[in-house]
Amino acid sequence: MPAAGTGGLIRRAAWRLRLVLLFAALAALPYLLSYSQQEIAVLLVINVLLVSSYRLLTLTGEWSLGHVVIMGVGAYTSALLAKQAGVPVPLSMLLGGAMAAGTAALLSFPLFRMKGFYFLIGSFAAGEIIRLIWKRFTDPFGGPKGLKRIDPFPDIETGFLSIDFYEPVNYYFLALAVVSVSLFVLYRIERSRIGLTFHAIHWQDRLAESVGVDTFRYRTLAFVIASFFAGIAGGLYAHYVGAVNPTRFSVDQMVYVLVWAIVGGTATFHGPVLGVVVLTVINEIVLRALGLDTARPLIYGLILILAVLYLPNGLESLGPRLRALWQRRRGEPAAAGREPA
Amino acid sequence: MNAQDERPILEARGLTRRFGGLVAVDNFSFSVREGAIHGLIGPNGAGKTTTFNVISGFYAPSAGRVFFRGIDISGRKTSALAAMGLVRTFQGSTLFQEFSVLDNVRVGRHLGTRAGFLSRLLGTDRPLEQAAGEEAREALAFFGLEELADEPVSNLPHGHQRMLGMAVALAAEPQVLLLDEPFTGMNPEETRRMMTLVRRIRDRGVTVMLVEHDMQAVMNLCDIITVMNFGALLVEGEPEAVRNDPAVIEAYLGSAAPDGSGHAA
Ligand SMILES: Nc1ncnc2c1ncn2[C@@H]1O[C@H](COP(=O)(O)OP(=O)(O)O)[C@@H](O)[C@H]1O
Ligand SMILES: [Mg+2]
Repeated sequence: MPAAGTGGLIRRAAWRLRLVLLFAALAALPYLLSYSQQEIAVLLVINVLLVSSYRLLTLTGEWSLGHVVIMGVGAYTSALLAKQAGVPVPLSMLLGGAMAAGTAALLSFPLFRMKGFYFLIGSFAAGEIIRLIWKRFTDPFGGPKGLKRIDPFPDIETGFLSIDFYEPVNYYFLALAVVSVSLFVLYRIERSRIGLTFHAIHWQDRLAESVGVDTFRYRTLAFVIASFFAGIAGGLYAHYVGAVNPTRFSVDQMVYVLVWAIVGGTATFHGPVLGVVVLTVINEIVLRALGLDTARPLIYGLILILAVLYLPNGLESLGPRLRALWQRRRGEPAAAGREPA
Repeated sequence: MNAQDERPILEARGLTRRFGGLVAVDNFSFSVREGAIHGLIGPNGAGKTTTFNVISGFYAPSAGRVFFRGIDISGRKTSALAAMGLVRTFQGSTLFQEFSVLDNVRVGRHLGTRAGFLSRLLGTDRPLEQAAGEEAREALAFFGLEELADEPVSNLPHGHQRMLGMAVALAAEPQVLLLDEPFTGMNPEETRRMMTLVRRIRDRGVTVMLVEHDMQAVMNLCDIITVMNFGALLVEGEPEAVRNDPAVIEAYLGSAAPDGSGHAA
């Protein structure tokens, strides 16, 4: 027991060290980037929250096509509250998350009567209805053109400290803080019994139900939590870009989220994060340098197909696979010696 | 014996379940006495599993009612019934195949480990979860599976998987346990062990209703046996009486007749 305890302590210390190094790297990152790259980094941080919240929903086994629209609900709500009701921006973002969560709670009544493919289609339809409402009602949603000149995140002005969130570097740190806290909450949820129950529903919902798990309630809970954080991501987006419109939350955008999640892999917490980071880097650095960034949908499609064929468990499985390969290579001479040629 | 003991713990009255034109359960009535091991037998396709599915809330009855301790529970949700103390197992090895053995039973402790969302988030549910882990290990020990706690389920032989299925159900602390073919796929040695375990479960105060094809096991184990055929009640009685009942022999011979002269399911 003491030995295991020490091992656990060392592992935990190593884990903390890695986390500290990660945050140090993330803090240094914007200073290594150009202005336009800093802007991309802000959107990347927001997308990390979008895809990580999406993964929480998939834990119960249901894949939605409405997640980006739900993000839009958070974005529109926060933008409108700030613009028309004068709600201070940090609070409007929280309310945007709450609205997204509430929308999910309402939608779960029709949607969770369905499973699998039907849920997928149902979530798509629900998303399209919401987008139609944004397009149809110019007041207050601004119609197809959407909302413009959304209030920015208020500057912080104290005697000696002055932070202007119009600067991408500063918004980057704001988004990083919000997203880090959100990811921590998502992580804690998954590691708790709630996460165990989500997984149980995914693998065998009848058995879970038979020992007292209200599977409808838990599916709804996953949907509501995931939507809350998607709504927060929407709020971060709206007050950074300053404009939202129905096209920004169309199913095309949803396809990117799916590609990030699938290419990264959804079995682990870090898989989708890896997916969005790697694909954004490929997109913004490699493709842009080659002048191929207009071919993004085509290249994403290609990457998706290659990933499904050659990396079915996603980028997250690459690390363990390379490690196994490395260990085998190191152990090879001994193994070859024992084996008759 | 007082009046309390006379009232059946589980009762079906005129239970009917149709699938389109097919009547899988047909005006079927029975009652289970508290503390009994009650057998439900019948030829293949007689409607036994469907009866379990209706009692346990997976299907709504097309007609008729189910009572648990005198309360009408017809059409209630499975999870709500589990919370009342009515828990079923499944035919075959229905388990969380991707989980460890222990985690399967931990899910079974769902009802016994209620905590708020914030408590889960902050980790203040830890004492509760430690207790749940202990209770899950106890449930495993009851079935002799404690050594396998950290194994993935998929490594377990079939017989052990069946026992694990019962451990998961037992972890939910049922008052009535519905077992669907608990001995199927077990060798004679495993069957004998399992019979002892079912008796011990009953001795812990759990009423057991079971569907089983192994006639030897059913006759040895059950206090009372209900025989169904074509979805309806055929005969009910003590094992000795049922074994020698001409209608039962006829039903089983009929279903087993290779020339198709009987009512093959
Ligand atoms: N979900 C279902 N849909 C349609 N028919 C069903 C369904 N479940 C069972 N049945 C039919 O009901 C009858 C009884 O089946 P079942 O209850 O599984 O019998 P048993 O468990 O006694 O072998 C069978 O004819 C079966 O085909
Ligand atoms: Mg059956």
